[in-house]
Amino acid sequence: MKMKPLSRSFRRDLVTYGMVVVMFLAIQLLSGMGMLTNSLSGQLVPICAYIIMAISLNLTVGILGELSLGHAGFMSVGGFVGAFVSVCVGDAVPGWLCFALALLAGTAAAALFGFLIGIPVLRLQGDYLAIVTLAFGEIIKNLLNSFYVGRDASGFHVSLKDALSLNLDETGDVIINGAQGITGMPRSATFGLGFVLILITLFIVLNLINSRTGRAIMSIRDNRIAAESVGVNVTRYKLIAFTISAALAGLAGALYAHNFSSLVAKKFDYNTSILILVFVVVGGMGNIRGSIIAAALLTILPELLRGFSDYRMLVYAVVLIVMMLFNQSPQLVAWRRRLAARLPLPRKKAAAGEKEV
Amino acid sequence: MALLEITNLGIAFGGLQAVEKFALSIEKGHLYGLIGPNGAGKTTVFNMLTGVYQPTEGDIVLDGRSIVGLKPAVINKAGIARTFQNIRLFKDMTVLDNVKVGLHNQVKYTTATGILRLPSYFVKERAMNEKAMELLKIFDLDGEAGQPASSLPYGKQRKLEIARALATNPKLLLLDEPAAGMNPNETAELMETVRFVRDKFGIAVLLIEHDMSFVMGLCEHITVLDYGRIIAEGDPETVRSDPKVIAAYLGGEA
Amino acid sequence: MQFLSYLVNGISLGSIYAVIALGYTMVYGIARMLNFAHGDVIMVGGYVAFVMMTSLGLPALAAICAAVVVCTLLGVAIERVAYKPLREAPSLAVLITAIGMSYLLQNLALLIWGSAPKSFTSVVSIEPLRLFGGQLVVTGETLVTIVTSAVIMVALTLFVNKTKVGHAMQAVSEDKGAAQLMGINVNATISLTFAIGSALAAVAGVLLCSAYPTLMPTTGAMPGIKAFVAAVFGGIGSIPGAMLGGVLLGIIESLSKAYISSQMADAIVFGVLIIVLLVRPAGILGKQMREKV
Repeated sequence: MKMKPLSRSFRRDLVTYGMVVVMFLAIQLLSGMGMLTNSLSGQLVPICAYIIMAISLNLTVGILGELSLGHAGFMSVGGFVGAFVSVCVGDAVPGWLCFALALLAGTAAAALFGFLIGIPVLRLQGDYLAIVTLAFGEIIKNLLNSFYVGRDASGFHVSLKDALSLNLDETGDVIINGAQGITGMPRSATFGLGFVLILITLFIVLNLINSRTGRAIMSIRDNRIAAESVGVNVTRYKLIAFTISAALAGLAGALYAHNFSSLVAKKFDYNTSILILVFVVVGGMGNIRGSIIAAALLTILPELLRGFSDYRMLVYAVVLIVMMLFNQSPQLVAWRRRLAARLPLPRKKAAAGEKEV
Repeated sequence: MALLEITNLGIAFGGLQAVEKFALSIEKGHLYGLIGPNGAGKTTVFNMLTGVYQPTEGDIVLDGRSIVGLKPAVINKAGIARTFQNIRLFKDMTVLDNVKVGLHNQVKYTTATGILRLPSYFVKERAMNEKAMELLKIFDLDGEAGQPASSLPYGKQRKLEIARALATNPKLLLLDEPAAGMNPNETAELMETVRFVRDKFGIAVLLIEHDMSFVMGLCEHITVLDYGRIIAEGDPETVRSDPKVIAAYLGGEA
Repeated sequence: MQFLSYLVNGISLGSIYAVIALGYTMVYGIARMLNFAHGDVIMVGGYVAFVMMTSLGLPALAAICAAVVVCTLLGVAIERVAYKPLREAPSLAVLITAIGMSYLLQNLALLIWGSAPKSFTSVVSIEPLRLFGGQLVVTGETLVTIVTSAVIMVALTLFVNKTKVGHAMQAVSEDKGAAQLMGINVNATISLTFAIGSALAAVAGVLLCSAYPTLMPTTGAMPGIKAFVAAVFGGIGSIPGAMLGGVLLGIIESLSKAYISSQMADAIVFGVLIIVLLVRPAGILGKQMREKV
């Protein structure tokens, strides 16, 4: 049998890219025809950010197989650093360069945080790792809430107490104002840019999965002890996956930050981390395409069903529980298969919620 | 110099001495057996050799270098590969990918190369595929290369695990009950395969087995373990007729 | 004197964490899972007691009993419906389910009782204790909390070590399969564990709301997480460890709030968790678990 593994996975990836392109064109069409409500149009960039977040979290949860409950922390680092760079250099450089620098800075900062946090944390497994990521997410939020940065004639000043301790002279501005966050970023994010960033994210993640590094990461997920026994340096590859995941979350954060003119740390809390987790679980752990669809749908749906939004988190909670039970409980899975065997349904290749990669 | 020199190896868990005074000298290219009743400590010895457990006494010297205290991945790179008593395959990955993970340290390229799809990615992936298919052919698994590993029948899963271990280019292969669950035909086939692998790759093999005909027919030197201690060792004839061995397996006065 | 006052507060807060941590540690020791929803059961206990006392005008003791009953039933129900089917599944699955359950409880509470904080009337009617000529005031709540927690810990330790059922729980926590072969009803044992843990959560909820009288749907979440930190700190699976970890953590948090800042106090508590897990994952009194290869 002639093996062509490259082309088979390549074809699958092409479908994913194609799907994103089609979604983008469809929305542009609807927008051009004036069929998008104002609130929906305002959500387009955040949807792109959430899609990137979901893909990045799926890298940790679905591909590496470890639960990260503080992912919003990386998003906030990316957002704040990106916004900070924009506010600082915004007057000195052209708009596109400013935005590019902001994105790069946000991504790099989040990657650094991911790396530093990963080194101690990834030595743990399962429940403990999850709780520690939650802890770090909270710590990042608390730190950002206590963070004051100002600039004046003599340079930058930092304080963890309050704005007055910055001791700025009359020419000075407070840039990051503790719990009130950062303001004054140019709103340079557009849907088109968001689309391009999604494509870049896909390029990175899909190529990673279908490579030597990706296989090493997945082998850790499937059987850590066996992976060690064939010479895979578990800590190293966990770190690679986690850092890339954090970096992409930072990218999403930087994109998100430039859709608004102000940003506070409170926005990126435990609830946001859980929200992204819901996207990943509903789309299927390890299923990148599923993450994209779930992130898009679950962000749009509350917009379309206004009355529903009060019950939104409740429904998500139920969905989370039900999906886990239906996909992982041996009895329910067996029951589902018996049911499917009896009905004359065509065999679907990868239903949402099942592992594809 | 022996490939692997084990001296006075022992480990205690809490108050229980699980293995004591284990010693063995393994020469390149030879076939060794480790037998004994259930719970005798055989897999514990394997776990110490591969760095999963830290021995509390004794030494393990591979090619002149002590490997006690090294992590499993490092020991594998130094040249010891293993299979597991309860099969540990990468269940959600394909048969081919399982072997390709085994080739992780044999055909390398950086993460950046993989992400950016630089030319060496395509060259190295092709090389990996060829090597992996070669290994699968030895075990007659090339037909199932694209299937998920969990879909293979039990006997083939065991063979895949051996193929994956071989992919790491070891000097010593540790097989933990490789013939478990196999019928006589498959067992005979496995014996042939182990001999073939030893001849072709020049590696030493140490295996744990309960199937006596398999062990006696294949191994040149057998060590018998009972309650963590060696009670007999030597060539198959010597061991087979040793009264202590018979007593350990069948009961009766020791 | 200030220091002593912070210390006493810390011990009191820590005692609440200890009671909550007992629930976590027992469930983790026996069912090998992190019950994320535990903190929210605390919140439910608080609301039930609140409703009993305000809407139905029941005396404090009856309200506490009602809270205990409701929470026990809730805990057992959650285990049966959401966790038991996933016992053989990878632990990631049950962890996500527990998170979902926690969220479900919070949002149900939000729907039923609204997000406006409720003012909880303390169940304690003892006068504060004035020591050192009135310089140190120990509130009735603090006293009751410390005494109650101590009583609970002693009772639980006796129960686990001296009764047949307690021995069964220890057996299940060591080896589920072997316990089953010995004739122990594993399902009933696990349900009992959740029942006890949830009953304790109810008590903790009442004590928490008596000492810190605002009650909201998110009231249970943070103490729940901090109690988990305490359980890990003291050694997960160890009952004395949960008590020790709880009290120590309460003291650390109280002193941090007093001498550093309220915001950073949380960060420091989490910092403790991280340090413990890196330096001595088994905790102060825990034992190292070995993985079977």
